[in-house]
Amino acid sequence: MSMPPGVYFLSGNDAVAEGAIIAGCRFFAGYPITPSSEIAERLAARLPQVGGIFVQMEDEIASIMSIIGASWGGFKAMTATSGPGFSLMQESIGFAAITETPIVIVDVQRAGPSTGMPTYVGQGDVMQAKWGSHGPYEIIALSPSTVQECFNFIIDAFNLAEKYRVPVVLLMDERLSHLYEKIIIPDPKEILIINRKKPKTKENFLPYRADEDLVPPMPPVGEGYNFHVTGLTHDEKGYPNMSPEVQEKLVRRLCDKIRKNADKIASVETYNMDDADIAILTFGSVVRPALRAIKMAKNSGIKLGLIKLNTIWPFPEKIIQKIAESLKAIIVAEVNYGQVYHLVREAVAGATNVILLPKMGGTIHAAEELLNVALGVK
Amino acid sequence: MKAEYVEEHIWDKYLRKDRMPHIWCPGCGIGSVLSAFLTAVERAGIDPKKLVVVSGIGCTGRVPGYLNIDSFHTTHGRPIPFAVGLKLTRPDLHVVVFSGDGDLVTIGGNHFIHAARRNNDILVILVNNFNYGMTGGQMGATTPEQAYTTTSPYGNLENPFDIPYLAAAAGAVYVARWTSLHVRRLAWSIEEAFHRKGFRLIEVLAQCPTAYGRRNKMPEGIDMLRFFKENCVIKDYTHPKDVIIRPGQKIIIGKFIDLEEERKTFEEKVYELISRVRRDKQ
Repeated sequence: MSMPPGVYFLSGNDAVAEGAIIAGCRFFAGYPITPSSEIAERLAARLPQVGGIFVQMEDEIASIMSIIGASWGGFKAMTATSGPGFSLMQESIGFAAITETPIVIVDVQRAGPSTGMPTYVGQGDVMQAKWGSHGPYEIIALSPSTVQECFNFIIDAFNLAEKYRVPVVLLMDERLSHLYEKIIIPDPKEILIINRKKPKTKENFLPYRADEDLVPPMPPVGEGYNFHVTGLTHDEKGYPNMSPEVQEKLVRRLCDKIRKNADKIASVETYNMDDADIAILTFGSVVRPALRAIKMAKNSGIKLGLIKLNTIWPFPEKIIQKIAESLKAIIVAEVNYGQVYHLVREAVAGATNVILLPKMGGTIHAAEELLNVALGVK
Repeated sequence: MKAEYVEEHIWDKYLRKDRMPHIWCPGCGIGSVLSAFLTAVERAGIDPKKLVVVSGIGCTGRVPGYLNIDSFHTTHGRPIPFAVGLKLTRPDLHVVVFSGDGDLVTIGGNHFIHAARRNNDILVILVNNFNYGMTGGQMGATTPEQAYTTTSPYGNLENPFDIPYLAAAAGAVYVARWTSLHVRRLAWSIEEAFHRKGFRLIEVLAQCPTAYGRRNKMPEGIDMLRFFKENCVIKDYTHPKDVIIRPGQKIIIGKFIDLEEERKTFEEKVYELISRVRRDKQ
């Protein structure tokens, strides 16, 4: 059974595994890769206990394709990987997007490019998570910064995948995956679980005719719906159709089902922002030194606040645009050479000064470093 | 002009008639293989509701789109891992992977051998037309040595895979090779394979006059069928190491592997493990 409610001492990776079980995940396929392997290891032991299936595949492409197959089999399914494996999965993410298959991918980011620093932190997959597959499409990406959020956000990830029939990425980073801290597992009755909607009738059923929310009900396999699923551009019947009109309609809907709900999905948290004139904007494990920098700033004469991204995709641009109006500067701290920085610049559209504080990977920013940059803002 | 139906075909009940005409070229061998497959479905008494066909990309990859059942047309090379996930979650279904040589043993070769090794309970119908037909007739891992294709204009330098040997070595429990000419034996073989469990492979050699045949002195579909008639020798239970296709040599076809002792499928082992773990926990 899933872990009983209570207080636990877990790592980020363990919390993801336990949260997935509570969310209803009963199929995991993966390939070993540092720093995500503990998720697979824990689920190899735990899934059979709850009647779930664990399979170790021959590579990351096979891993994601088998969770797509399992999702069509009616299961909530997940894989976990890191940068190199995430790169291999990109084509299949596009396939899941166009076939509207609910899946969850955990990407525990490490320092790249290429093999990079396998055991050290990075945050370089932000753009890859959104743009890694070819063609226009949308996904959702969540970014936890505590072990508790690893648990909470993986449940959100499954709920969002099921609700919008879309791939959802849990963008973690190495620091968080191996960090142990206290977490509270609540009573399952207090946890919201969303399941995909099913068609009400077989009569005149069109597998890709969307409801008003732009999401089509997902037919169960093996019950005589006789549906066809293809990665080719398809009409409402699910049949391949190479007309620009069908492409326009399908791709617009695939994107709009997320874009039009971006305000509902996108989430940020702010700390000390009521009278701040400078903000650090960050996500993942960098949130932790940023919180310390804010405390340190209290006696330094500057008013420093924190904007913490819970979702990276869809990017919470409206919220950030609004916050930016009253600020002298936003310092974007991320463990890469500038990815979220570009999104922030686009969101604030010149309303305030945006400063990039990058780290190439291997470590995260120190609180002092963040504070010094804030102190330097004129 | 849209083609019109002039008469009912006995297998129309399995097809999406509203998707006709199909995309296959005149003289293509895939239709014969599909017809043999449907004959086998009928004879084996498979409930179409419980039959799922999965493919990747390529000419043969278009088969599921014409079948009036739950069907999946996945990405290039990846129908096997998709089928692995589907079959594990839904052991009540007959999961068939119906795809081409380039898809299954070239780009998807890794998945092919690992599913055979694991003994995933999947029936694989592999149509081998010796080239990448859909993209214009390039060479691949199944193109015979010396054959001319658009990317081997001076003759192919590479050795082709011996697909039955590859499957057998990796652990397939049922391995056969037929051609688009030997449709009756092919249908029997598919029917027989439906009654087995585990990783089953049926390779079907098929003509591709448009992209392959006309560059290799067999410009019409009938030319390669004649070639199959004159050059194929049926030798059941030949060791798969002896069935590699070489220029100027006879092509050995038949049923090569059909294990007498049942080997547990991966799915059976997974579900047994779940029962054992849950029992121990109680």
